[in-house]
Amino acid sequence: MNDELLILKDLEVVYKTDFETVHAVNKINLTIHKGKTLGIVGETGAGKTTTALSILRLLPHTAKYKTGSIFFNDEDLIALPEREMLGIRGDKIAMIFQDPMTSLNPIMTVGSQIAEAILLHNSDMNSQDVQNKVDEVLRLVGISPDRKNDYPHQLSGGMKQRIVIAMALVCEPELLIADEPTTALDVTIQAQVLAMMRDLRDRLGTAMIMITHNLGIVAQICDDVAVMYAGEIIESGTMEEIFSGQNHHPYTTGLFGSLPDLSSLRSRLSPISGLMPDPTNLPEGCSFSPRCPKVMEICYTEKPKEYCFGTHCIKCHLFGS
Amino acid sequence: MDHKDQQKNQQMHVKQNKWHETWRRLKKNKTAILGLVILIVFVLVAIFADVIAPYDKGIKMDSKNRFANPSFQNLFGTDAYGRDVFTRVIHGTRYSLSIGFFATILSMIFGIPLGAISGYYGGKVDNIIMRLVDILTSIPAIMLSLVVVTVFGASLVNLIIAIFIARIPADVRVVRSAVITLVDQQYIEASRSGGARDLHIIIRHILPNAVGTIIVQSTMNVGQLIIRASGLSFLGLGVPTPAPEWGTLLSEAREYLRSAPHMMIFPGVALILVALSINLLGDGLRDALDPKLKS
Repeated sequence: MNDELLILKDLEVVYKTDFETVHAVNKINLTIHKGKTLGIVGETGAGKTTTALSILRLLPHTAKYKTGSIFFNDEDLIALPEREMLGIRGDKIAMIFQDPMTSLNPIMTVGSQIAEAILLHNSDMNSQDVQNKVDEVLRLVGISPDRKNDYPHQLSGGMKQRIVIAMALVCEPELLIADEPTTALDVTIQAQVLAMMRDLRDRLGTAMIMITHNLGIVAQICDDVAVMYAGEIIESGTMEEIFSGQNHHPYTTGLFGSLPDLSSLRSRLSPISGLMPDPTNLPEGCSFSPRCPKVMEICYTEKPKEYCFGTHCIKCHLFGS
Repeated sequence: MDHKDQQKNQQMHVKQNKWHETWRRLKKNKTAILGLVILIVFVLVAIFADVIAPYDKGIKMDSKNRFANPSFQNLFGTDAYGRDVFTRVIHGTRYSLSIGFFATILSMIFGIPLGAISGYYGGKVDNIIMRLVDILTSIPAIMLSLVVVTVFGASLVNLIIAIFIARIPADVRVVRSAVITLVDQQYIEASRSGGARDLHIIIRHILPNAVGTIIVQSTMNVGQLIIRASGLSFLGLGVPTPAPEWGTLLSEAREYLRSAPHMMIFPGVALILVALSINLLGDGLRDALDPKLKS
C-alpha cells in the first residue's frame, strides 16, 4: 500500500556560472502522498520555484543536479532520458505558473491551446473527440465552451488562469505543481480560483504541490506544509501542526508574527529583520542564524539537524536533545 | 441542423475565420490596400508586358530618334540608342518583380530555420551559426556575384542566386532576434511543461509569433534587393544587355540626366512605386496578423 507519489531525497540543485555557484536547493527531503496537497511556503528566493522546476527537469542549462534523487512512482526522474520525460510532463505531472497573462500564447485561441495539451499526449485522437474533451474540461473549470475560439486577450485574468488550469488538468495528471497560481489575481478572483482548484482536486484525486508565500492560501487548501528558507526545508508537518502548536522554528514564528492582524490595534507591523542570505555565499552553520531572535553560539558553527515530533519536523538547534 | 453538423460548421468556421479575419482587417487599412493595388497593377503589367508593348520596340535601335522627349509615339521618350523607354520600363517590371520575389523567398527558406535554431538554442549552436553568417556577411555582395557570374555566367537566375545568398545573413539576424525575444515568454515554458518537444515549440509557438516581424522586415528590404540587382546589372554582373532591367536603365540614364531626364525619371518612379507598395502592404499585413490590435 504505497501511497507515496513523489519523494525528493537529499535533493541539491545549484546554478553554476563562470563566476559563481548559486546554491538554490540544499539537500531537501519531501514526500507527497497520492491525492494530498503539500504547501511549500517561503519568501522570494527561498528556492521554491527551483524545486518545482527541478521535478519536471525544466531548469535552464546553468542548473546542475548536484546530489539526490526525485522518485516519482518509484522511478528516478533525474536519471530518466529526456524522451520519457516528455511523456511525464503534462500527462503525469503538470505545472501551472504564476502569471496567467503571459502563460498563454497570445496568437492562438484558448481552445486550440487546450487541444494542443491533449494532442501532445494523445496524438491519435480524432479531432471530434479532442473538441469534446476541450468542451468538457472548459465546463469543468467553469467556462462556457462557446469561448473556446476566443483569444487570450479577450478573457479576464481569472478566466485566463482557469484556462491554464484546464490545460494542466486535461490529461488528468497524478500530480499538479502550482507555482503561486493566484498571486497575480485580485483577492476575490483568488478565492474563486482557489475554490475551483480545491473542488477539482477532490474530484480528480490529483495530488498537488502549492507553492506560495501566502499563509492564507496554505490554510485553505493544503494538507501538509513545508517551510523553505535559503534552499532548505526548515520545518514541515501537517497543516494543523504548522498553524497551531507551540514548537516552531523561529523563522516560522516570525512568518506568522509578521501577518497583519485586523482585529488588534497596532501601529507597526513586525517583520523579520534582515534579508535572506546570498545564495552564492551561505553562512556557515544555520542559514537563519544572522536573523534569528533565539540564536545561540552553536548556531553559527554547526548546521542544525532535523528533530521530529511525529510528522512534525523542525531543523533547529533549539530542539536538539 | 443537428448537433453534429452544427459542430462541423463551427469547426470550419474557426479555420476559415483566421484568414478571413486577417483579410477583413487588412481591407480596413487604406494605405495597405493602396499598396496592394499598386503591386497588383505592376504584377499585371509584368504578366501582360508583351500585350501592352511588344518587346521589339524595346530593343530596336533607332539612331534617328535618339533622346526623344515623351510623345504620343514614345510615351516615355527614347533613350541614347533610340529605344522606346516605355517598352523598356514595362518589360523591366518582369525582372525587378521576379528578382524581388524569388530572392526574398529563397533567402527566407534558409534564413528562417537558421535564425530559429540559432535564437532558440543559443549557446554553441548559436555561436557557430552566427560565425558562419558573419563569414558570409564579410564577403562583399559584388565579390559574391562576381564569383557566381564567373563560374556560372551572367543571367537572371544567377543574379537571383547572388542576391539571395548575400541577403541570408540579414534574414538570419532578423529571425534570430525575433526568436530570442520570444523564447523567454512564459507560454513557451508552459508548453514545455506540458510535454512539447523543441521542434513543436519552434514551429507552433515561436515562428507564428515571429511571423509579423519577419514579414515586415523582409518586405522593407525588397526594394533594397531590387536596387542591389540593378547595381550588379550595371557592372555587367546581372542580366546582360540589352535586357531592360530597371537598374540597367537607370545607369544608362546617368550620363544624360541633364539633357534627357525622362530616361531616368520613368524607371526611377517605377522602382519607387514598387518598393513603396510592397512596404505599405507589409506594414498592413503585420497589423492585420496581430490579434491584439483593435480591429
